[in-house]
Amino acid sequence: MSTQNMTNGEVDVYLDYDEAISGYDPVIGLETHVELGTKSKMWCGCSTNFGADSNTQVCPVCLGLPGSMPVVNRAAVESTIRIGLALNCTIADWCRFARKNYFYPDMPKDYQISQYDEPLCFDGYLDVTVETPDGPQVVRVEIERVHMEEDTGKLTHAGGATGRIHGADYSLVDYNRAGIPLIEIVTKPVTGTGRLAPEVARAYVTELRNVIIALGVSDARMEEGSMRCDVNLSIAKPGAEWGTRSETKNVNSLRSVERAVRSEIERQASVLNNGGRIIQETRHFHEDTGRSTSGRSKEQAEDYRYFPEPDLVPVAPSREWVEELRATMPEMPAVKRARLQAEWNINEFELQSLANAGAIELVEATIAAGVDSAAARKWWTGELLRVANDTGVELESLSVTPDDIKQVEALIAAGSLNDKLARQVFDGLINGEGTVDEVVTKRGLAVVSDDGALLAAIDEALAAAPDVAEKIKSGKIQAAGAIVGAVMKTTRGQADAAKVRTLLLERLGVSE
Amino acid sequence: MNDLTRQSAAVLADAIASKEVTAVEVAQAHLDRIAAVDGKVHAFLHVTTDSALEQARAVDAKVAAGTPLGALAGVPLGLKDVLAMKGEPTTAGSRILEGWRPPYDSTVVARLRAADIVILGKTNMDEFAMGSSTEHSAYGPTHNPWDLDRIPGGSGGGSAAALAAFEAPLAIGTDTGGSIRQPASVTGTVGVKPTYGGVSRYGQIALASSLDQPGPCARSVLDTALLHAAIAGHDPRDSTSINAAVPDVVAAAKKADVRGMRIGVVTELMGEGYQSGVSQRYSESLDILRELGAEIVEVSCPHFEYALGAYYLILPSEASSNLARFDGMRYGLRAGDDGKNSVEQVMAITREAGFGPEVKRRIMLGTYALSSGYYDAYYGQAQKVRTLITRDFNAAFEKADVLVSPTAPTTAFKLGEKLDDPLAMYLNDVATIPVNLAGIGAMSLPIGLAPEDGLPVGMQIMAPAMADDRLYLAGGALEAALIDKWGHLLIEEAPSL
Amino acid sequence: MTSITRPEVAHLARLARLDLAPEELDHYAEQLDVILQSVARISEVAADDIPPMSHPIPMVNVFRDDVVTPGITREEALGAAPAAEDDRFRVPRILDEE
Repeated sequence: MSTQNMTNGEVDVYLDYDEAISGYDPVIGLETHVELGTKSKMWCGCSTNFGADSNTQVCPVCLGLPGSMPVVNRAAVESTIRIGLALNCTIADWCRFARKNYFYPDMPKDYQISQYDEPLCFDGYLDVTVETPDGPQVVRVEIERVHMEEDTGKLTHAGGATGRIHGADYSLVDYNRAGIPLIEIVTKPVTGTGRLAPEVARAYVTELRNVIIALGVSDARMEEGSMRCDVNLSIAKPGAEWGTRSETKNVNSLRSVERAVRSEIERQASVLNNGGRIIQETRHFHEDTGRSTSGRSKEQAEDYRYFPEPDLVPVAPSREWVEELRATMPEMPAVKRARLQAEWNINEFELQSLANAGAIELVEATIAAGVDSAAARKWWTGELLRVANDTGVELESLSVTPDDIKQVEALIAAGSLNDKLARQVFDGLINGEGTVDEVVTKRGLAVVSDDGALLAAIDEALAAAPDVAEKIKSGKIQAAGAIVGAVMKTTRGQADAAKVRTLLLERLGVSE
Repeated sequence: MNDLTRQSAAVLADAIASKEVTAVEVAQAHLDRIAAVDGKVHAFLHVTTDSALEQARAVDAKVAAGTPLGALAGVPLGLKDVLAMKGEPTTAGSRILEGWRPPYDSTVVARLRAADIVILGKTNMDEFAMGSSTEHSAYGPTHNPWDLDRIPGGSGGGSAAALAAFEAPLAIGTDTGGSIRQPASVTGTVGVKPTYGGVSRYGQIALASSLDQPGPCARSVLDTALLHAAIAGHDPRDSTSINAAVPDVVAAAKKADVRGMRIGVVTELMGEGYQSGVSQRYSESLDILRELGAEIVEVSCPHFEYALGAYYLILPSEASSNLARFDGMRYGLRAGDDGKNSVEQVMAITREAGFGPEVKRRIMLGTYALSSGYYDAYYGQAQKVRTLITRDFNAAFEKADVLVSPTAPTTAFKLGEKLDDPLAMYLNDVATIPVNLAGIGAMSLPIGLAPEDGLPVGMQIMAPAMADDRLYLAGGALEAALIDKWGHLLIEEAPSL
Repeated sequence: MTSITRPEVAHLARLARLDLAPEELDHYAEQLDVILQSVARISEVAADDIPPMSHPIPMVNVFRDDVVTPGITREEALGAAPAAEDDRFRVPRILDEE
């Protein structure tokens, strides 16, 4: 390793995590940006739809044309207050917007309207659970502030080899995204997590995302950029003053949050152990390598020349307004999880599987429709999840409703469908063949319960396999399976296998 | 009807509505006048001949169809080039916006159109409204019709000169520290800076957002009131727009009565530093107001001496931010884009090439005042001074219904005289700036010619926030008394060019 | 108040994206100094207990409803652009990140 590399804060070889964490205590801070899912932008009536043609969702305001002026979207303020309430924050009774001045071509006004020292929400917390060898541990992550600002336009880099900014000949700007409401949620420094820092960071962002989604204020898709996370991190010897922090950007998945923290602890420990020093800088995380590279040095602090935004008047939420919003708050994810585990009598792992499948709301709705909880879970996480995964669609996008499951379960209970036939009903529903009744009728799906017809099928199967018949008669009852299988085949699965077995044994005069 | 360009807006509107003349004839008469004299005056940067005549024809069609019309339908107007007008050049007097045609109308323009007021063109101004002489226009200065070697005031010198040169009976100005009132004062015309939030700023290219205010300009108090009523009122596109009924300024201008009114003379805004002829006419006007039945009282506003300092911190600070968007990326000038220069370099080269010296000076000053380490000492302190000045006004309005002062310390000075001395230039606004800092409304109206130079002198009338009607009540009364004295409006004495 | 140095002026020019010529740096250093000296008196009066005033007319809670309204066309948006390509604004290369 060269000296020059060390002063750059770069090392060629990283310590492994155990070694890195053994000598240092990390302090983490997370800044999360969430694009709100309002219909219109923060200051103007332009649509926020994702994926529209370039520069088609723009107006004088979000293009920053001379003379244009912003007007605050009420829904964005309400969403922010609701986020603040969910994060146990104090809601400011009076606050202002501020201009953050810096030049960048993706920012039409060359200042961002944000909030500076008067955030709308402040001093909150979010409890998160991490797994430790000693069992689950709850960590309280304190929230410094939740404030409102606006998103920038989208840059595409052209010319040059990589499509990256570095080496590009020029860039192209689409301002559709400019002015979309953006909420920044900043934690206080999180200390004392020790070696669990990466897991705590991930658990925090995961839980924050759950909260945002539960509130319905954003789809919070990290891969589409509607939720973005910056990781601040420093390390220091136990008991020593906090170290210099770096800020890692471009952390675009929950998994990457954990990896970025782990990697940065390893990097900083490696630099320090080699006698180097950590410089205050912005770093960029790379998904492919799991490592970050140095970006802009922040040694010369940016001078954003904040001042109160004169084009907007202060926001002063009344107590009544805040209470009205509090009344709209859904059950928080952690509370809900605890309740569902108890109600459905499942463990955390099983609940997590349901959550991962995106099935919790569907199961709840199915139970609400009158289906028993085990059956509801069985269908959504079994057959339906399999089809969803095979076809690459979301569970909720399948054309199967909780009410369909209720109808199918009723048919099973009445003995006119079995599980195998039920799967065919779902296949029909997904293929758009109509309602449950229509699929059953069109496909001729019904359990054959006519004893005469079943006996005829049994006789036919016995005649086709006289050796098996003999075996059964001689007491080898396990051989009955072959005959039952043959009957099921000829009835195309529309028979009740248990009933076939009973009839078969009666026919042969054998008892179990 | 004799020379259409010498009529008042009110008279023209009546003549058009009664089919005595057509709106096209009126518009054409003013376009002809512009063609004849604007080479000397340079009040206009751009004459919108086609759209003006089109608008005039539409008015005539409405007259013919018997459609009800606004009080100023068909009357021509000069629009300060700082207000966006869809499809027409809008430069704010700057090279950096040369050739830019906004894809939208400012609210003021939308209301002018709705009132069937015919927009003749865009009037000259100091670049981005920074100046008191219109000499800082990137397109050359405007000349004062009273003496072509003198400044017409600024930043709205073009609008004021257009009125004084009888190129238009109405004009729109914007006032950040006196840019409506000081040009009115030195050209013998009337101008009103409404209460902040009284007229929408949407579409006004911002100089200092917390000080800017568009307003009406005309040659008489009544015409000014009629225009005020046409453009004022709540606008949901401007968050700082006042959501309340506009005071009935037209009724006030017609009532024109100061009997029983307490008029406060601001002792800090007179005496030393004011030209003798200015002080003389001011003093005579106070006598007239007293004779008209007003009670003249003295009021003191001790913090006004700090107004200029606070203003020259707040304005550059906000301007440095408002003018950041002129970076050559989306509209306007781009310089230095040779394929090698970075975006940062191209922005810097563009701004260096596109902005004039006064704009750069104020951007630098504002950048400094906002920068970390200086914010509290400069911008923060200036905002406290704003509070003190507002308190001074509140105390003064306890004793008086309106306040008065000379509008400007001097009559029109010579072109070039103060161009290289920014501080001397800034002192022109010493009497007008406190009004903007407090956000209240004020009028300037002509009160005679200074004996020593024969140039117009203006009086400023100030009223509490949202009481703009008092300006017209007092201004109208004083104007009527002066007409009685002179037999005509002062502007009738302007050279014919 | 301290006087403004030439390097400070250069720093301000960079913050403000003004490619000032060397003689302009000297000129502005001098002029800013004069102006700042003259405005410095405001610190005499503005005591700690005086609240700063950012907005002249006190108002709060001015909002618009979350409703989509028509903007301008892409042609209008790009019509004034010094350079455009592929329906987007074309800007020179960006150096200072990554």
